[in-house]
Amino acid sequence: MTTVIHAEKLSKRYRIGERERYHTLRDVLTRALRSPLSFLRRSHHETFWALRDVSLDVREGEVLGLIGRNGAGKTTLLKILSRITRPTSGWAEIRGRVGSLLEVGTGFHPELTGRENTFLSGAILGMSKAEIERKFDEIVAFAELEKFIDTPVKHYSSGMYVRLAFAVAAHLEPEILLVDEVLAVGDAGFQKKCLGRMSDVSSHGRTVVFVSHNMTAMRRLASRAIWLDGGQIADSGPVAEVIDHYLRKNNESNLESVWEDERTAPGDDRVRLRSVRVIPLAAADGLITVHTPLRIEFTYWNYVPGAVLNVSMILNDLEETCVLSGGSGHGPRPAGLVRSTVTIPGDFLNVGSYYINAMIVKDGSVGILLQNNTVSFEVVEGEVVGSWYGRPPGAVRPKFHWETETFERRAVMASTVTEQR
Amino acid sequence: MASLTASPQSPDFPLPAGASTTVRIEPPRGLFELRLREVWAYRELLYFFVWRDVKIRYKQTAIGILWVILQPVLNMLVFTLFFGRLAKLPSQGLPYPVFYFAALVPWTYFSYALSSTTNVVVDNQRLITKVYFPRLVLPFSAALSGLVDFAIGFVVLSIFCFAYGIPPTFAVLWLPVLLLLALFTALGVGLWLSALNALYRDVRYVIPFLTQFWMFASPVAYPSTLIPERWRWLYGLNPMAGVIDGFRWAITGHGQAPGLILLVSVAAVLLVVLGGLFFFNRMETSIADHV
Repeated sequence: MTTVIHAEKLSKRYRIGERERYHTLRDVLTRALRSPLSFLRRSHHETFWALRDVSLDVREGEVLGLIGRNGAGKTTLLKILSRITRPTSGWAEIRGRVGSLLEVGTGFHPELTGRENTFLSGAILGMSKAEIERKFDEIVAFAELEKFIDTPVKHYSSGMYVRLAFAVAAHLEPEILLVDEVLAVGDAGFQKKCLGRMSDVSSHGRTVVFVSHNMTAMRRLASRAIWLDGGQIADSGPVAEVIDHYLRKNNESNLESVWEDERTAPGDDRVRLRSVRVIPLAAADGLITVHTPLRIEFTYWNYVPGAVLNVSMILNDLEETCVLSGGSGHGPRPAGLVRSTVTIPGDFLNVGSYYINAMIVKDGSVGILLQNNTVSFEVVEGEVVGSWYGRPPGAVRPKFHWETETFERRAVMASTVTEQR
Repeated sequence: MASLTASPQSPDFPLPAGASTTVRIEPPRGLFELRLREVWAYRELLYFFVWRDVKIRYKQTAIGILWVILQPVLNMLVFTLFFGRLAKLPSQGLPYPVFYFAALVPWTYFSYALSSTTNVVVDNQRLITKVYFPRLVLPFSAALSGLVDFAIGFVVLSIFCFAYGIPPTFAVLWLPVLLLLALFTALGVGLWLSALNALYRDVRYVIPFLTQFWMFASPVAYPSTLIPERWRWLYGLNPMAGVIDGFRWAITGHGQAPGLILLVSVAAVLLVVLGGLFFFNRMETSIADHV
């Protein structure tokens, strides 16, 4: 197989100031009036490297996954490869027609109808008019929007909007497809349809580079993965190895927060937080699966004898939605080091990234401290049954006891069974 | 395409021989590139942007086409009343309504094209940060989409001329040239301003003042014959002076035929457009980082 993407030491530097939304001429002029000579001086903006010396090769027909934490440079890399922004140094060469999907509904306009938006978005994503005309019926059928195709999309529900947007994108047939975390939206059934379509794309010899936090989908779709950390390649290789390495490393570094120095620990002269820990119980090789029970341990210094303290765990997901919260309960405690632990049973949390905020409240109402993002961990799928590789819907995924029985037996003629087949 | 270059195949980087295009991604270099060929390659997208702007413009205004007609007509009435009847400015022997309307139709197009070109980069910032296309397509589409309004205004102008019994002469053949000049003036200045607007968001507030001053610096409310002969060439540095003068002449056969003013105007526009293209392309490389 031949190389279709070749990147050599790609780097991208942003000035911190450039991350501000924009400047105004007014600011520039007032600054110039105040210190007229500042133009002569070299501006000393703070800079940071969003991407640093990233070299990679992608072969034809390969599906490459990009993983890493938020801000690791994944999107920047995609943006450079899709020519949205230019690298600060380094170069890349891409052979073939490139299509990029960095968001859902690129170019959609609320005033236009579904039909008009299909053409507009298709053209913006790189399809020709003739191509869109040819695929139009297929796109509408894929989106299941036959009845509403001539309605302005401002009247669509968000689900309908996403379906149409995806349908257009899914029918883009570039030789190289660059996809950002777009699979995170949409209902589960539709997600599955899109993932199916994506694996179709790659089985037709097309090359795909995609970013996802959905490790299960990544494992299924990608053959190779690159783990970006702080703008640099931390690891690359077969997808399963890289994901395991990434998750293990991530868990290692983020499963505990300890404040060794009592004077600088969060809190005040009544209470100071000493540590928050996540202890996976019976985790095979450092991976936390949906089946792994987790012990969460909080330790803190209590300086007021007999204080009534309640330490709370607030568990958030990646979108900062609170999945659950719970407190240790009240009760007078003697001064000294206190430990509160709680166990989240296995088969309770769903697949995803989680963050824990710690809160300590005195006398049931006086908030003493709130420490955000103390620890984080990633829950991955256990063994996968069947062909489902999306994230099952739901904030949590408790294992309840189900009972199933056939409570009325019925004789079925053999011929009916055969017919149904 | 200008930015696409075929690369020699090296043994350590074998590429498929049949692949359609190779794109080389590099840091921006300070070369003088016009990149017009790339705009041509994306002409279908250009068409879709124009189509979108026109559709949305007519969908969003409740009275639609009527609004497009009303704007220059009301202006014409005000001008006729104040500059014509009260100030009694000369009108080159034309009835005041025709004299003003023949200038207001191209002027309305120009000011609309200029302001939409200035805002086009900022208005499409979501697109710019999410998908690649030659950014130059945007100002081109903004300058072109105003032409639909112009066409409607032009029909009304023809009705006016007919009503006042002014027959068309062969001079109307000059109209496309003059319109093109107006388009390129809006585009040229718009290229500068749209890139500036992406960097400094308050540029857009300057536009209303700019168009107002510019209108009084152009022979919209008065004939260019009011300008002393020896300053006429300097006046021509304002390309819209040539356009407006030319329009009146082309439609009515009265007044100034395109001459020195128009020549100076064309030269000025060429400079502004070339400079605008250069400046826009320089800024383009970092626009996605700014918006």
